Amino acid sequence: MANNSPKVALFITCLVDQFYPQVGESVVRILQRAGAIVTFDPAQTCCGQPAFNTGYRDEARDVAIRNLELFEDADYVVAPSGSCSTMFRVFYPELFENEPELLQKAERLRGRFYEFSEFLVKVMKVENVGASFPHRVAYHDSCHLLRELGIESEPRKLIKAVKGLELVDLQDNKVCCGFGGTFSVKFPEVSVAMARDKLRAAADAGAEYLVANDAGCLMHLAGYMHREKLPIQTLHLAELLEKHE
Amino acid sequence: MSESGVHSAAIHERAHTAIGDAHLQEAYRSSTLRLYSHRLEAIGQVPGFEPLRQRARELKREVMNHLDYYLAQFADNVERQGGKVHWARTGTEACDIVKQIVKAAGAREVVKGKSMVGEEIELNHALEADGIEAIESDLGEMIVQLSGERPAHIVAPAMHKTRHDVSDLFSEKLHSERTEDPEQLTAIARKALRAKFAKAGVGMSGANFAVAETGSVVTIENEGNIRFSTTAPHVHIALVGIEKIIPRFDDLGVFLRLLGRSATGQKLTSYTSILTGPRRPGEDGPDEMHVVLIDNGRTGALADEKMREALYCIRCGACLNTCPVYRKIGGHAYGWVYSGPIGALVTPQFVGLNQARELPFASSLCGACREVCPVKINIPDLLLHLRGQAQARVPAEPHLGEVLSEGKGMRLWAWAMKHPWVYSLGGAATRFGTRLLPTADESGGRKWVSRLPFFPFSNWTLGRDFPVPDPVPFRKRWEKQFR
Repeated sequence: MANNSPKVALFITCLVDQFYPQVGESVVRILQRAGAIVTFDPAQTCCGQPAFNTGYRDEARDVAIRNLELFEDADYVVAPSGSCSTMFRVFYPELFENEPELLQKAERLRGRFYEFSEFLVKVMKVENVGASFPHRVAYHDSCHLLRELGIESEPRKLIKAVKGLELVDLQDNKVCCGFGGTFSVKFPEVSVAMARDKLRAAADAGAEYLVANDAGCLMHLAGYMHREKLPIQTLHLAELLEKHE
Repeated sequence: MSESGVHSAAIHERAHTAIGDAHLQEAYRSSTLRLYSHRLEAIGQVPGFEPLRQRARELKREVMNHLDYYLAQFADNVERQGGKVHWARTGTEACDIVKQIVKAAGAREVVKGKSMVGEEIELNHALEADGIEAIESDLGEMIVQLSGERPAHIVAPAMHKTRHDVSDLFSEKLHSERTEDPEQLTAIARKALRAKFAKAGVGMSGANFAVAETGSVVTIENEGNIRFSTTAPHVHIALVGIEKIIPRFDDLGVFLRLLGRSATGQKLTSYTSILTGPRRPGEDGPDEMHVVLIDNGRTGALADEKMREALYCIRCGACLNTCPVYRKIGGHAYGWVYSGPIGALVTPQFVGLNQARELPFASSLCGACREVCPVKINIPDLLLHLRGQAQARVPAEPHLGEVLSEGKGMRLWAWAMKHPWVYSLGGAATRFGTRLLPTADESGGRKWVSRLPFFPFSNWTLGRDFPVPDPVPFRKRWEKQFR
């Protein structure tokens, strides 16, 4: 590998680590094929968002400080999640707004932290990763990715480059799926009702697969699909990009 | 403060009822989507809508940072124009002031234009208790008054009612003939109201804006009833929340261009009334104009530098229309007069977190509200801030079946996240534990649990299955394959 290959420290996220490790494998292989040098520090755990999202700032702060140290020397950090990326990029600086030293670290990390699809398209300049998948696929914009990070076109570029794939539009594609972190267990009925709407939209669009970049949304949607025995399936973007059908 | 209470913990039960009511779901779905799409269409026609929002936000920030100055200027100018200013610290004080004015005018009936602050201070109840009849002249307000409800939406108080519901209500309360034709329903309301209009000695309104520079009260509407209520009776009382101030008359253009479009997708509403003092000799209009400036918790919000931003709100209702949670649970679930994302922000501030601690959690924090807010209030950010305040000041009530309190659970969780071996042990325990659950089944190469034990995890499986963690986590796979 050439000396100028980007060095990428993975932040794999706790959900991918524990529930969707195959997504993590795909992320590593895709980044490596694109020419990045990938490292993974097993000292990492979670970004702290469950606590932050629920109003436990001190607990979130403790977890965040540890992450600031873990990734202090990384050239790039890449996470296969819009929401965890938002935690690092948007909420860490907010957590430390009154602590100049930590704020400076958070700000420095912010500029080097990328969501997976964003990193591929913007930094690696890759859109076609050589996947083929002759199916009807709908893409779900996860809220943090879309509205906190403004990442809308990058995942679509990657999806559209998949050979044989037909990307179908979801009605109300910018409406939340209902996951919302601890919202999903604090307001389970509302959360599930929102999932129902999202999956109805996917069915109406004739999608066979629903793709998203966040394991949280996918776990919530897949959980509803499994309960209701819906014919549609979920895929993380990284999994889709490794399909060869 | 609301006498009858918000009881925000009941939001779960109210949401449950709303979600199970297909009729109500359809009423909210169709109305919010209509307003949402009208707004989108309207703002698409304004070049520079974004800078306009930014300008409005800056103006509101300027006012909130110097509210003492602008309020004094407004009050001086109202009096200079011949109006009378009253200051009310609480809702009860405001109601007492209104009652005194009504009594001094010798009136038994008050005709009201739509006013959210009037709802907030529960003025109708206060007036009725003193034998004064409050006649709601806004169609939506009249409907919720007849049905004994609070407004379901900031702009459309009767959003939760379909034509069919209104027909039922009118035939029951007004003994009118059944019809679902909107024009005929409006005609029935008009007929019922007109007779009372003429008798009313006092007219009341709220205010969309209060212009400091001129002492003007500005109202916007589509039905003409506010124009009537503020001009025909001998006495006009304007109820004005202290956050309604804008600095200069010229600034009005910025806000008027935003408000109609954001609320209903109209360039301007049918009526815009600019009321500056009572009638001059030889003119029509009220002999007296009273302006009641109401605090009712607003200075508390002002004192919190972060939460101050919530006072920028111009009550357009756009955040309600776009909110997927509001669309599901409806306005009444929030338990008070303000609902939706902005209701979840201002209610805890106006009535206190004690009564409203659950409200900031009633959001998936998707951020759709921030996208449509005409004054760009960072609603999700403020909700997160309020969640922090709620956890620190008003801990959640213990839940049936919870092993650990939420606070203790989070502390334990944070400790685990700081120690990778504990984190991994937790993963392994979940993997092992969930596999033991007899309800687990296998499909698509994955085990699913249909019923998790222990609150709050048990809430996940209300309506969803839970995936058993993968037998081999990523960190182990990394060791084997990539390291």
